[in-house]
Amino acid sequence: MVEAKRLVETWTVAKARAAVVEGRVLAAALAEEHYERIAAVDPEIHSFLALTRERAMAQAEKVDAAVKAGDQVGPLAGVPVGIKDVLTVKGVVTTAGSKILEGYRPPYDATVVRKLEAAGAVVLGKLNCDEFAMGSSNENSAYGPVKNPRALDRVPGGSSGGSAAAVAAELCVASLGTDTGGSIRQPAAFCGVVGVLPTYGRVSRYGLIAFASSLDRVGPFARSVEDAAVMLEVLAGPDDMDATSSQEAVGGYKTELGKGVDGLRIGVPEEYFGEGLNTEIRAAIEKALDGLKAAGCTIHKVSLPHTKYAVPTYYVIATAEASSNLSRFDGVRFGLRSEEARTLAAMFRNTRDEGFGPEVKRRILLGTYVLSAGYYDAYYRKAQQVRALLTRDFVEAFETVDVIVAPVTPTAAFKLGEKTDDPLQMYLEDIYSVAASLAGICGMSVPCGETADGLPIGLQVLGKHFDEATMLRVGAAVEAAQTSA
Amino acid sequence: MGAERLAVSVEDVLHVADLANLELTAEELPRMAKDLNAVLGYIAQMSELDTSAVEPMAQVGQVLGLRAAVGGETLRADVVRASVDRGAVMAEAPETDGRFFKVPKVIER
Repeated sequence: MVEAKRLVETWTVAKARAAVVEGRVLAAALAEEHYERIAAVDPEIHSFLALTRERAMAQAEKVDAAVKAGDQVGPLAGVPVGIKDVLTVKGVVTTAGSKILEGYRPPYDATVVRKLEAAGAVVLGKLNCDEFAMGSSNENSAYGPVKNPRALDRVPGGSSGGSAAAVAAELCVASLGTDTGGSIRQPAAFCGVVGVLPTYGRVSRYGLIAFASSLDRVGPFARSVEDAAVMLEVLAGPDDMDATSSQEAVGGYKTELGKGVDGLRIGVPEEYFGEGLNTEIRAAIEKALDGLKAAGCTIHKVSLPHTKYAVPTYYVIATAEASSNLSRFDGVRFGLRSEEARTLAAMFRNTRDEGFGPEVKRRILLGTYVLSAGYYDAYYRKAQQVRALLTRDFVEAFETVDVIVAPVTPTAAFKLGEKTDDPLQMYLEDIYSVAASLAGICGMSVPCGETADGLPIGLQVLGKHFDEATMLRVGAAVEAAQTSA
Repeated sequence: MGAERLAVSVEDVLHVADLANLELTAEELPRMAKDLNAVLGYIAQMSELDTSAVEPMAQVGQVLGLRAAVGGETLRADVVRASVDRGAVMAEAPETDGRFFKVPKVIER
């Protein structure tokens, strides 16, 4: 069924833009072609929660008019994209995958959405995700799970499951996701696409519905490293509306890909290749490391000794911040209000009871617990201290290597329903992704072969703070070795 | 910090739910207590580490030695400028008179 309504060709950002700019295809026709494929395929995948046809067509016509007039157009001119539903699009229903925001139409655009459109991108719609980005399988969406386009009985990963699935199924050329503990890299790995986690502060979060503010980041999904580099270049940079956005200069990521990888030092952390790592994934990564060596890289063993404490640390810090951030959903200013309540206190409680799903409640409870009197020092302060140790591990490793290569996930995509009964098992899915989140470094998942069952395998490249350029170069070399193999 | 000392009772869950303004049903309570115990038991392994000499890290910038915005060097100029339209905000409120958000009465008599 994923074969239905094939596109004219498998578009990349570069191909789509060139076709539009050279007048071979209208941006409006490109958008229409994608909407037809969404109508044919997405009832099976369920990656889109809302379509923004009117806005998309107005934007596409604007791009077409600019091309016709011979005006300069942006680096994403006419490129159809999708936006994870935790990012606001003015006047378009934005739910964060939650019933508590059902029907909510935000009064402003997220900065990243504004930047994409300013670069000429055509926003096709909003993409499904785990409720408030809390989950590793997309099964926590209040609007139903997304299915993995590569195997419909399997999860696409989470929380940005819709963003990964839509790009994998060719329902859009690129998309935006968010990553708090692995929510870009893990679904990218499960669906066989490229996903980039920029350095903390690299991309504005204005208009992102907050989950854990010291961890949340916005980043792109694409079908090639070059496409992801072009997207990141558009998204990156300081923003007046986000005081945590960095002033650090943005690189020419696409141009820098041309530098290649000769002479780069690749670190391989032993802690990421221990018990529990699927043997096919291990073999695929080892093969990719051989490819990097052949391309002129040197491979070095590194140690990140506190790795085993990353998941516990993450689930203290992320839930503590979530319990605070999600207090704003109380039925007063936006979203759901319970009809049941006659007093203000009862209105708060009933609204939150009716509006939040079980995983969100679980995390709010856990976060409230670790911040509560008598437990703050043992849990929250302790986790902040361990976070410093985890970060120091990376900073020290990066004194001797340029990037680190590791698996993204211990296994390939698992089956729908396989882990829903055991939250702890689901949390352990994040074992290779959360440390980079806590440390604030950049990371990416790049396709690196498949299992014997045909499920995609992702390879994780981790880079120094603000050194996305080197990370993307290594990602491109891994990708090139795949296509030539 | 042994596993026994960490055991979370149903009463503890009720207390935390109260702090978080969450209403939990009778069916949800034992399930949440079970899950919280499992996750907190796993989290307890952090206590293996001696962190007495480690400064807590709240933000990534601390580690990078980035200048904090205290001097205002990374803050935008403090000038009045247009914000989100009030009408558009109020249009999303569950109950409003157009100027204020309306809520149920605070004290029940």
